[in-house]
Amino acid sequence: MNTDLLGVIVTFAITVLLSYPLGRYIARVFKGEKTWLDFMAPLERLIFRLCGIDPKKGMNWKEFLKAMLTINLLWFVYGFFLLMHQDKLPLNPDGNPGQTPDLAFNSIVSFVTNTNLQDYSGESGATYLTQLLVFTFLQFTSAATGIACLIALFNGLREKTTNNLGNFWSIFVKSITRLLLPLSIVVSVILVFNGTPSSFKGKDTIITMQGDTVQVSRGPAAAMIAIKQLGTNGGGYFGANSAHPFENPTYLTNMVELISIVLISMALVFALGFYIRKKKFAYIIFGVMSLFFVLFCINNIYFESKGNPAIARLGIAQHTGSMEGKEVRFGAASTAYWSVITTSTSNGSVNGMHDSLMPLSGGIVILDMMINALYGGVGVGLLNYYIYIIIAVFIAGLMVGRTPEFMGHKVEAREVKIAALVTLLCAFLIKGGTALASYIFVHHPNADWAVKPSGWLNNPGFHGFSEMLYQYTSSTANNGSGFEGLADNNVFWNVTAGVVMILARFIPIIGPVAIGGLLANKKFIPESAGTLQTDSVTFGVMTIAVIVIITALSYFPPLALGPVAEYLNMR
Amino acid sequence: MKKYILPSLKMTLLLMLVCSLLYPLLIAGIGRLAPGGGDGQTVTVNGRVVGYALVGQKFDQDKYFWSRPSAAGFNAAGSSGSNKGPSNPDYLKDVQAHIDTFLAHNPGIGKQDIPAELVTYSGSGLDPDLSPEAAKIQVKRVARKRGLPEDSLYRLVDEQTSKPLLGFLGPSTVNVLKLNVALDKLNTDKMK
Repeated sequence: MNTDLLGVIVTFAITVLLSYPLGRYIARVFKGEKTWLDFMAPLERLIFRLCGIDPKKGMNWKEFLKAMLTINLLWFVYGFFLLMHQDKLPLNPDGNPGQTPDLAFNSIVSFVTNTNLQDYSGESGATYLTQLLVFTFLQFTSAATGIACLIALFNGLREKTTNNLGNFWSIFVKSITRLLLPLSIVVSVILVFNGTPSSFKGKDTIITMQGDTVQVSRGPAAAMIAIKQLGTNGGGYFGANSAHPFENPTYLTNMVELISIVLISMALVFALGFYIRKKKFAYIIFGVMSLFFVLFCINNIYFESKGNPAIARLGIAQHTGSMEGKEVRFGAASTAYWSVITTSTSNGSVNGMHDSLMPLSGGIVILDMMINALYGGVGVGLLNYYIYIIIAVFIAGLMVGRTPEFMGHKVEAREVKIAALVTLLCAFLIKGGTALASYIFVHHPNADWAVKPSGWLNNPGFHGFSEMLYQYTSSTANNGSGFEGLADNNVFWNVTAGVVMILARFIPIIGPVAIGGLLANKKFIPESAGTLQTDSVTFGVMTIAVIVIITALSYFPPLALGPVAEYLNMR
Repeated sequence: MKKYILPSLKMTLLLMLVCSLLYPLLIAGIGRLAPGGGDGQTVTVNGRVVGYALVGQKFDQDKYFWSRPSAAGFNAAGSSGSNKGPSNPDYLKDVQAHIDTFLAHNPGIGKQDIPAELVTYSGSGLDPDLSPEAAKIQVKRVARKRGLPEDSLYRLVDEQTSKPLLGFLGPSTVNVLKLNVALDKLNTDKMK
């Protein structure tokens, strides 16, 4: 077996082995049991006291969501103004300009929603101040928002009947102090010792061996890169993201970043089992997610290692696979693995350019974002998966002719309506957005805009269509990666993608938390012989079927028009 | 919602202190202990900085081992890939042009022996590495240009090759900048 493939397998194995104990640790933290990071408790108490918060006060689902939405709105407002006026603020050694209003709107939405789409380029579109005070900050807090909302759902599942989903502030702060911050410190120290800058010195100018004068961007990158991966944010410090040799210097850092991308999301699945004392239920979920995940990896590793058939026709052998948009130190297999893991988790960082992936690997990463629940973003991945569960429970109930039940609570019309609405919304945003953009591209190619629609695409034909489909899929999944050939820094793309990100972030969070709250409020029905066993393999298969059916019905047409058509055309 | 505004405001400020100030400063402090002091590790020749070890730079003269093509023009303040799709006809013309250039400068090399990375753009536009094969295929040209024996250059590439992590994880690589610095040194040593 070659070393490229071994690298991928070992990375995946380490991730699973680490995520299990981390899951147990997370469950202990939020149950309030003793952990070795209890020395953070005084800091937390200080924060609560200064903020005038009683961390023990329970919240029902409406109060919980209101607190979450209020603080998110606040971040949106201050970030928007900071980005627009960053040129006049300190810590701007490279003299970068302020962002235009539409770009600032897109950027701030993108980071508040944990998307990190980045229509700007880190080297020239942000300052050290905004990289830290806006982007790094939101990478912590948007991740903690997702985790807090998931723990609220856990609290609803844990009790027989309750209207207390926990205290938002308390869970939110602990997600940072007990989980995100300590892990980020570990990861950034590894990065720094492998060559990632943590510098405040600004650009350096050097003269190369051939005599060219080159400017080299640096900055406090290591700190941001650690949380970008651990919080499934994905927004890089440099334009080329983790393909940049400073952002991801070696194969070792590549492995560390690959592990960080999915570690917490995976651990939260195990945490669910420990927290609600239903380990088998968690294992089944983990199994379903991993099944899809591994199949997607096999597909992408196969196509990327095989190379580009069009380049093969030019007479090049491609023993190392398709190398366009990839880096030698990672190799094709590890870049293919990264492309799946980053789209499974709503992370969106890249170590190779997705626009240059082979057609069917590109198709799989788009599909992966459409499902958006294979481990998923921190917190929100399981919330999305919960929607699939509710629909599976509902359909299973219909099949046997009983009122559907989940964890001892009747699932009734209201809950199913919410779940259906969330699913339909995502399909609507992806297809509606792509349809709108395609319409304008075809019918108004010369519209009098700063960037004419005819200049949007970097590639012709089916692949060009995929660029637009990718952008709305990535925005809807709050992923943030792109087919970066798309000219997206202009009013049309900044605004439409921004609106899509907001809707696709908050409605799929509000929906499951509301369902969780509503269910937890209902009378508890003890298990009987007729109860649907949700921790069985049968139910796992049922969930797989629901995921396949919903995704296939919703998304087959656009996938056929983009990646599949390109594949068939270039064989 | 009103009762949540004040706590939100205070919490934002406090967490900013922790996440945006203390945390990056802590990492920057630890970074001072790392090679390069957290500012990036440079490569020097006779006391002059000729580049950053991790950041690829342009090598297109026949006397040096070439780097991979860069869609960013090796601009280390504006990294990017080509973002070309695999079936794009204009892109395939680009690849063809890279093949033609390579063949013109490396007579006697067969097309099927050119490693793909030498005719495709890297992801960052700053790829510092080559595979050992991609370095070795350039040995004939460099040796001829410099009047050095091919054996010594093959040996040089082997010396400069970084093996996979722990010997079994990931690809072998050669850092082009370090290889070329060592190459120049080989020439000066010979003249002595």
